[in-house]
Order: sequence, then structure tokens, then C-alpha cells
Amino acid sequence: MTCDPRLLLLHPADNVLTVTATLEPGEHVRVDDREVEISKRLPLGHKVAARGIAVGEKIIKYGAPIGSAKQAIAAGEHVHTHNVQSDYLPTVLREDQARFFAHQSP
Amino acid sequence: MNGYLRSDGRKGIRNVTVVVYLVECAHHVAREVVFPYREHEVHLLGFPGCYPNAYAHRMLRQLCTHPNVGAALLVSLGCEGFNRAGLLEEIRATGQPADVLVIQETGGTRKTIAEGRQWIAAALEKIATVPREPIAVSDLVVGTVCGGSDATSGITANPAVGRAFDLLVQNGARVVFEETGELIGCEQIMAARAARPNLAPELIACVDKAARYYTKMGHGSFAPGNAEGGLTTLEEKSMGAYSKSGNSPISGILKPGDVPPSAGLYLLDVVPDGEIRWGFPNISDIQEIGELIACGSHVTLFTTGRGSVVGSAISPVIKICANPETYRRLSEDMDINAGRILEGAASLDEVGREIYDRILRVAAGEKTASEGMGHAEFSLVYKSFEPLGPACLPG
Repeated sequence: MTCDPRLLLLHPADNVLTVTATLEPGEHVRVDDREVEISKRLPLGHKVAARGIAVGEKIIKYGAPIGSAKQAIAAGEHVHTHNVQSDYLPTVLREDQARFFAHQSP
Repeated sequence: MNGYLRSDGRKGIRNVTVVVYLVECAHHVAREVVFPYREHEVHLLGFPGCYPNAYAHRMLRQLCTHPNVGAALLVSLGCEGFNRAGLLEEIRATGQPADVLVIQETGGTRKTIAEGRQWIAAALEKIATVPREPIAVSDLVVGTVCGGSDATSGITANPAVGRAFDLLVQNGARVVFEETGELIGCEQIMAARAARPNLAPELIACVDKAARYYTKMGHGSFAPGNAEGGLTTLEEKSMGAYSKSGNSPISGILKPGDVPPSAGLYLLDVVPDGEIRWGFPNISDIQEIGELIACGSHVTLFTTGRGSVVGSAISPVIKICANPETYRRLSEDMDINAGRILEGAASLDEVGREIYDRILRVAAGEKTASEGMGHAEFSLVYKSFEPLGPACLPG
């Protein structure tokens, strides 16, 4: 489906691609037969949608579900905590942690 | 490749002397005993709590009688709850040099440090004559753990360790993967790999227990740094962690301190049994490595994306760096650069073979990066376990 060497498809059933070299804003990648412009810096290891993903749809990586889309995601868009939620435990981000500890302090 | 032959027939790849504090109050004295010998394979272990705990006792017994250990000196303050006489008797039953110093009886800090150092000097002479015997892959127990993961961990280093695990199992080794809390979301896939039908529900039950435990604690094994590295959910991290196990059938389940009985792949269940009362199941990677070693691991394969620098007391740690950018920053702390896979410079199979070959060299005496820099971390805290169910081990 994709042949951009900077985007790695881990399993044929996956709807996300893994970034293998940091992508800078303004760079273009080819996803799902379309040119997509990168809007924010995507370091190695981050994911982009391999195709359009509907709200509520499972995110598939390694051929297995890794969470659900909180909103519709376009092909080539960054797939991360802002648009995906865990089906098990909420993901704790550094800013949530700061809130948690602020609440706990005497 | 020669090993150190122990009285129970097991063979070690190191000849470590351990100094073990039995309560935090004895930690400083024990550390001072070790200090002049820290480049002579003398490692510090201990348990900080004053209240006795069956898990901690079992852990220290398994560690002090580990095949990589030649001698053990216990350091007690005197009033703590730890059953020092029982532990000493269990270690002495192996025939290896073992003793206990009780600070309150010896006469305080300086006297105990001086006596401890004398004891170590004598023990090092004695264990230098331990017989050496050829050691084969089938004598080895190899554990694996991941720490400081990012999204590269699950693409390069972890599946490469899975390839090495498959080679080890094919050659008769016992291999152990762990941290059921990091396998939440993989339980059905894992159950399908059970070597026996009655093991499958036990594997699912292990992960369910971990999910209940972490839900109660309010935090999974997911750290904020994981998200910054591109991992979005616990399940995504789990699939990446799970790939360390390779493709062999799962032969059984262990709890900390259980030594795998025969060749094959085992899951170490690290989450305490019973009501949730001990806090987080494992407070750090170090504690997990200690549990793998208590299960007999001669070597631990540690995969990292963001870059851990740790080693361990007793058994060498081989660090496999998943991320090529991290490798360039921390190369002196790493043993294997699995990030080459992302740069198209090596395949998963090639790195898996490289890991396998490195294990053999380390077993033959070559120092790992962390050993060479004096890393010998250790951590042990309260837990409780029930014995393994009958379906957990091969019949």
C-alpha cells in the first residue's frame, strides 16, 4: 500500500504506519495513494493513519487492536493520544500527572 | 565455555560473592563491606523492610543460592523481623561459604565493617577454587525485560529478542518473559500459544489479575515518557513488549523464585496474589530483573528504546537498544544496536542471531557494557504470592 521508506507497515491488517525517521513540518509523505503534508514534527516511532479511520473504529497495529479512535482520522494524520483512547486503561500524560500531584499536595 | 559447578549440579557463568543487608538499618554497613571489593565480583543485595515477608525471604534464598553466586554474607542489625538463622541455614545447605554478622552483637558500625571485609577476603580465596565444568546452552536460563520503551522497542529490539528466544529454545535453553501488566490486551493471542490446553485459562487469569491490579492502582505500566516516544496506549506498548517472547509454545507459568523445570518458554507472573495491599507490583525495571534472576536467569536481555543504563547484581544484563538515535547518544551503555533494523542495515533475524551469539560470549566470561562500568543494581520490596496452580508447569 505505502512505499515511503520512512513509514513502516508492521502487519498487512494495520491501519497505522510507524514513522522510522523524524518527519519535519512541510515534508510530504505518500499515504494511501495521496500526497500528505506533515503539519507538525513527527519523531521516529510516532504513527500516522494508513487510511481514513472512522470515530469508534479500532486502531490496528501488529495486526491487533491497540485502542479506539476518539474522532475521525484522515489518511496521513498523526495518530496519538489526542485522537485515540485505550480500551483498557486511560493513558497518563505528563500534563495529567502535574494536575494529579497538584491536587494531592497539602 | 566453562561454568562454575555448584553442589546441586547447576552451573553458573559468574562466581559472585553477595553481601546482603536484612533491613534498611544495615544497608550502610553492608555497602561499606562491599566497597573495597566492588571490582572483585562482590555485589550488594538487601531487603529494606523490618517486618518479615515470605516472598522477600524466598527471593533472597533463591538469589543467595543462585548458580552465579559462590558465597554469601548476611548483615543484620539484630532486631529486624527477617529470619536470618533460617536463611543462613538454607544457604549453608548448599555447602558454599555463608555467614551472618549482627551489628548489635558485633559492636557497631566500624567493627562490623572490619569483620565483614575480613570475611570477604577469606571467602574470595575459597571460591577461587570452585570447579569449572563445560557449560552448554541447555544449562542456561535466560530472562528478558524491557524498560524505557518507545515505539521502536516493539519494532526492532523486542522482536529481535523474540528471534533469539526461539534459537535458545531450539537449543534446549529455558527462557523467561514477564510483566503480565505489560501484556494487557495480548491475553487471547498468548493463550493460543499454550503448550497444553489447561495452561491457556491460567495465562488469561494471570493477565486478568494484572489488569485488576493496575486498574485499582490507577496507573498502568505506561509512563509519560512512553507517550512522548510515540506509544499511544497500554495495548500498543503490550503488543510491542509481547514480541520479546518469540514464537515458541508457552510451556508454563512461574512466580518469582520458581526455576523453570525443563527447556522451553515460560511466563513469569510478577503481580502479587490476594488483596491489593503492596502498592505497585514492581516499582522499577531493577526489581523485575531481580525476579528473573531469582528464577535462575544466568543472563537478562534488556531492551530499551529511550535508553536505560542499568545492570544488575548477580547476573549480567545485555542491553539491546531499539532506537538508532538513542544508540548514538548512549552507545557505551549498550551491547547491541537493534536500531540498525530501522535504518535498513540489518534484518530482525540477523540481530536475533547477534543477540544469541552475544549470550554465548557473555556466558563464556565476556563482560557486558553495564558490568564493565560497575553497574550492579538491586531492589526488593514487599509482595505476597500463593503457590502455582497444578496446570502451570509441564507435567
